[in-house]
Amino acid sequence: MAKQTPERANLLQGTLDMLILRTLLYGPAHGHQIGKHIQRTTNDFLQMQHGSLYPALHRLERRGWVTSKWEMAPDRNREFKYYRLTDKGRKQLVVEESEWKRMAEAVARVMWPTAEES
Amino acid sequence: MWWQTRKRDQDIDRELQSDLDLEEEEQREQGVAPEEARHAALRAFGNPSLISEHTRQVWSWDRLDTLLRDLRISIRTLARQPGFSAVAMLVIAVGIGATISLFTVVWSVLLKPLPFDHPAQLVRLYESSERFPHNVVAPGIYSEWKRGSQPFSSLALYSSWPQYNLSEGGALPEKVRATTCSWDLFATLGVQPRIGRSFTADDDQVSANGTVILTWSLWKRRFGGDSSVIGRKISLDAKPYTVIGVMPRWFAFPEQKVQIFLPAYHERTPEEMAKIDNHQFIVIGRLKPGVTREQAAQELSAIVRRIHDAHLDLPFVSSSAGVRLLIDYLVGDLKPALYMLLAATGCMLLIACLNVANLLTARSAARRRELAIRTALGGGRFRLIREQLIETFILFSIGGAAGLGLAYAALRWLVMRRSDMVRVESIGIDGVVVATVVGLVLVCALFAGLIPVLASRSDNLLAPLQESTRGSTSGTSRTGVRRVLVGAEVAFTVVLLVSAGLLLKSYVRLRSTDLGCATDNILTMHFTLPKVLYSKPEQRAAFFDDLLARVRALPGEEAASLVRAVPGEGYFGDGDVTVAEHPPLPQGQTLLAIVRWADPGYFASIKIPFLRGHTFGSDQRLDRANQTIISAEFARQYFPNEDPKVCHLIDSDRRSYEIVGLVGDTRYELAEPADPMMYFPIDAGTESGAALVVRAARDPESLALPIQKLIQQMNRELAVSDVLTMNQIINQSSLDANFEATLLAAFASISLLLAAVGLFGVLAYLVTQRRTEIGIRLALGAQPEHVLRLMLADGLRPALGGVIAGSVLAVAAAQLIRSSLYGTRPLDPGVFAAVIGLLFGVATAACLLPAWRASRVQPATVLRSE
Repeated sequence: MAKQTPERANLLQGTLDMLILRTLLYGPAHGHQIGKHIQRTTNDFLQMQHGSLYPALHRLERRGWVTSKWEMAPDRNREFKYYRLTDKGRKQLVVEESEWKRMAEAVARVMWPTAEES
Repeated sequence: MWWQTRKRDQDIDRELQSDLDLEEEEQREQGVAPEEARHAALRAFGNPSLISEHTRQVWSWDRLDTLLRDLRISIRTLARQPGFSAVAMLVIAVGIGATISLFTVVWSVLLKPLPFDHPAQLVRLYESSERFPHNVVAPGIYSEWKRGSQPFSSLALYSSWPQYNLSEGGALPEKVRATTCSWDLFATLGVQPRIGRSFTADDDQVSANGTVILTWSLWKRRFGGDSSVIGRKISLDAKPYTVIGVMPRWFAFPEQKVQIFLPAYHERTPEEMAKIDNHQFIVIGRLKPGVTREQAAQELSAIVRRIHDAHLDLPFVSSSAGVRLLIDYLVGDLKPALYMLLAATGCMLLIACLNVANLLTARSAARRRELAIRTALGGGRFRLIREQLIETFILFSIGGAAGLGLAYAALRWLVMRRSDMVRVESIGIDGVVVATVVGLVLVCALFAGLIPVLASRSDNLLAPLQESTRGSTSGTSRTGVRRVLVGAEVAFTVVLLVSAGLLLKSYVRLRSTDLGCATDNILTMHFTLPKVLYSKPEQRAAFFDDLLARVRALPGEEAASLVRAVPGEGYFGDGDVTVAEHPPLPQGQTLLAIVRWADPGYFASIKIPFLRGHTFGSDQRLDRANQTIISAEFARQYFPNEDPKVCHLIDSDRRSYEIVGLVGDTRYELAEPADPMMYFPIDAGTESGAALVVRAARDPESLALPIQKLIQQMNRELAVSDVLTMNQIINQSSLDANFEATLLAAFASISLLLAAVGLFGVLAYLVTQRRTEIGIRLALGAQPEHVLRLMLADGLRPALGGVIAGSVLAVAAAQLIRSSLYGTRPLDPGVFAAVIGLLFGVATAACLLPAWRASRVQPATVLRSE
């Protein structure tokens, strides 16, 4: 297995699934687009590792949160495998988002206590 | 399904390819040179095949895919080295086959419950006295037990030694062994005849009509399996009996030899069945639920004690009683031998496993580079270990299956060869055995598979790639493990060899035991005169005289005589006497000795020497019989300081016999020391059964048929049994010892071979590893002899350690098999020395070839080739 390079941020377990689902909210996309999108949006902070991206995509498909279809790309004259969010996936995104929020708030409360105290 | 898997695999590859192409295009669009773009894309992307593999794993169904793939790889790896695989599987098959055979026997014979109703309630009852702690039961005691038996729901007695002349409707008569039993024997066991009915209380008395129940095998063989046999009359000892039932096919109680069942009280007189000091019957009982054996034994003892105290004048009334599980009684004698053999096969299996582990270690050492490269290419360590284990499992599964086949063949051979063994009919491969095979395969595979894996634990897997090959003597830790393995093999081999050696020696001792008589060119056979036809002593004596006269007229015979039983045939019967010239013994004491009835010519015919005096006079017939002959042991024990020649023995019927001769001791059983024995004239006519002893000039067996014909002519109802030469009798009584020793010697030889192969393998590998070093040594002027000695010492070191450890273990093992030894000390120095010498010889031979090869290394060739 390839080793992790230190400067890359490690995604928290399960976070990748959420990011993918969120990305697909904009509309269908293929693996490359999803990876690029996440990378660009985070200003290259989250470098997409293909080694985890594709297994994650297939995991989501197996759970029924996304579907896939080979479709012609509008800008390239070739077919790509496009992933599309399902209703189940949308619900899952809501669940994961609220969980992530609660988690982030909880972490924030510990790290940066409220103004009155400081 | 596999085609879906296949489609998905293609889909994943296509997806990755298209995205990779896209990445490449984008790189190009950013101005990267075309040939650079491809590499840049790959760099950004990572290892596509690894990604596709991981993605595929997402879909893999319960890891079965991975397992199947590993299985495929493993099979391919094994098939690439057919020699290694075949040897390993063969070793495993032999180890597992032997272990499973013995396990099947132990399980079927010793452990499997008896095939009766609630077998745990079935017990055997003993009478017990100081001299005979586990005695058979007198019928009078049995009646008392039955009357007052609170602890038992049912009691039955039986005896299995009577033999009957069976004839019916003009067919040839034959002698069959009968079990005479109380009518409720089958009910006590919880068994019903397959056809017909069981005995009733009415059948089981003197006044009843004769009834007989047949075993399945006799019914099939003699009556053609014809159901109309029920109700038919057959003749037993010239008396009519009605066949009332046939037992089921599986029923082989109390032993395989028994062919018919008769009601005991019908066969004996009421006086006989009332005796309280004539121990003749085996008694079994079914305990009431909740009653322990101890409680039962106490109650039985109380009854015996009461009878004993009321008859202090009778010396042979027992004083207490004992109870034992029926299965323990039936198979108790086999237990030590079978467990010993099972332990031996276990030992052999362990050696086989060590050997396979050794081979695997050698192979994984040879594959170090391959494994290192695979690790470098991203093969997970766990996966490599799993692959190795799967390979081992495949080896052991195939080996185990072959072992099961071997076991099946071995068991068939055993059942054929040892049809005399108790419960031999229950031996078979069943679910338990198969489950044990599976368990054994798993355990052994794990054991043998993990040793090489653990041995490489401390190694840095990448080290082989970094290692410079030139002049290195790598792999010392691995050879360390292999040395330990070989040492352990040698140690266990020593244990097996010592045990086998001790048993072989005691077998040889047993075979060379002097029975006390001639054994060559002597033929014996037994016959019994039916009481109906020969009811008077005169008739029997006349038959004996007539028979001897006719046999003595046969060409080729040198001497013929009659005796109740020849030496080596068993105890038969004993009697109690007092000496007329001695002061009276205290109440309840008499002299006990084995009784033999013989004709005057017996001692000369079988060459039992007269130490003093002479044989019976020719007038010793019928009521005039008043002479006796005693054995040397009799004189030693009962006439320690006087001349027995002038004394008289008084038997229990108050008849007086003059001691006219003193003869050499004979043994009633090969392995038992000679007991006091006394001989009475057979022409007294009291006995209806006898053995005919014929000495021939040569080829005694050729006389068997003429004599049988001759007896047939004298009486059509008569059949003979146990037509055996003396040497065959000795063979039979040493059969167990022979069997144990042969099997153990076979196991030990296989183990020795395995250990030798192991030693050879280790040293051969070592020599290959050290070729460069040896080359340098030789180039620097070392003598080939020196190298030979060096390598030899290297190979013999683990053997030496193994021999030392093995000798310590063997001392312990020898104590365990002590009870199976005859005339041999457990720490017999000869056996130990021979085994150690043999092992070193074999070890040296195994090491010699690789060591010699090392000494012949051409320095120039070696140094050039690196």
